[in-house]
Amino acid sequence: MISAYYFGAISLILIGLYAVLVKKNVLKMLIGLSIMESGVNLLLVSVGYISGRSAPILSEGIGPKGAVDPIPQALVLTAIVIGVATTALALSAAIILYEKYGTLNVEEIRRLRG
Amino acid sequence: MLKRALAIITLLIIGYWIAQGLAGVPFGQDRMLVGQYYLDHVKAQTGSVNAVTAIVVNYRGFDTLGEVTVLFIASTGVGALLWKRRKERTAKTEGSIVLTTGTRLLMPFIILFGAYIFIHGHLTPGGGFPGGATIATAFLLLYMAFTQYEIPHKAFEKTEGVAGMSYVLVGLIGLAIGGYFLYDWIWQTWGWGVNNIGRLFSGGFIPIIYTLIGIKVGTELSGIIDNMLKEEVSE
Repeated sequence: MISAYYFGAISLILIGLYAVLVKKNVLKMLIGLSIMESGVNLLLVSVGYISGRSAPILSEGIGPKGAVDPIPQALVLTAIVIGVATTALALSAAIILYEKYGTLNVEEIRRLRG
Repeated sequence: MLKRALAIITLLIIGYWIAQGLAGVPFGQDRMLVGQYYLDHVKAQTGSVNAVTAIVVNYRGFDTLGEVTVLFIASTGVGALLWKRRKERTAKTEGSIVLTTGTRLLMPFIILFGAYIFIHGHLTPGGGFPGGATIATAFLLLYMAFTQYEIPHKAFEKTEGVAGMSYVLVGLIGLAIGGYFLYDWIWQTWGWGVNNIGRLFSGGFIPIIYTLIGIKVGTELSGIIDNMLKEEVSE
């Protein structure tokens, strides 16, 4: 049986992918990408979780044996920042698309390009 | 309708596939190899209490330099994509009185909180990237509340460049003292703050680098906000 955390993370990935596949508005596709990204981050962090242990901050009586795996958390910290950067780039591309074609609908953009 | 059904079938297949892949990774079990090494040695080797920060800045500092570079390239890319000969703020409606008053009152405290997050990166959850993002939200508030507001571009660009160069400089000093790039000279050579683990003045160069990263991220994200909010004006 699959764990609830894995289930939630995979559901987030699938919801994001659904938006990317089905929606026609570029902004909605970008929102889908962001949701997917959150799902992947949640999946990574939950892979690093160890039952009954605490956050990897070794103070107040938490020793090296009482903390979860810090590496996935460090990776996710990196991934979040890169996600912000790519989202900003994608949004500016969307701004340019709107300025050029007057619409954010991908099908109409395809039609206007001819 | 057909397209939607096809998409859902595809998604179910992908979901089943990911779940199958995770079947061999049981939730909540101890699978640490490198992680355990980091947890055992983090206090002695870096002086930091927060293992995540120690990994991000100290053990994998070079990665983080690359990450900062990616963020810099993204902000440059936003600037290049949205470049216009003449850009100005074109917002027409002033923010409501709640927004303007709230911004005036909260602005210094938001910046203070952001600075707190990145200065205490080696003690508490957080660090340079969240702290910088918090500082950028303060400028976003200013942009939303006042129609004429713009960040001081020259000062921000210079601060960003100086912060980025100081990061490399700290690494180069490590190269000169310890023999490799981003060697933690403050902790390992000077032993500064050895009796202070768990307090502010410890952690080697982690607070210094995270302060630099926080300043850099804050100014960069403010620049991105500025680029996105301004529009072209014909001369």
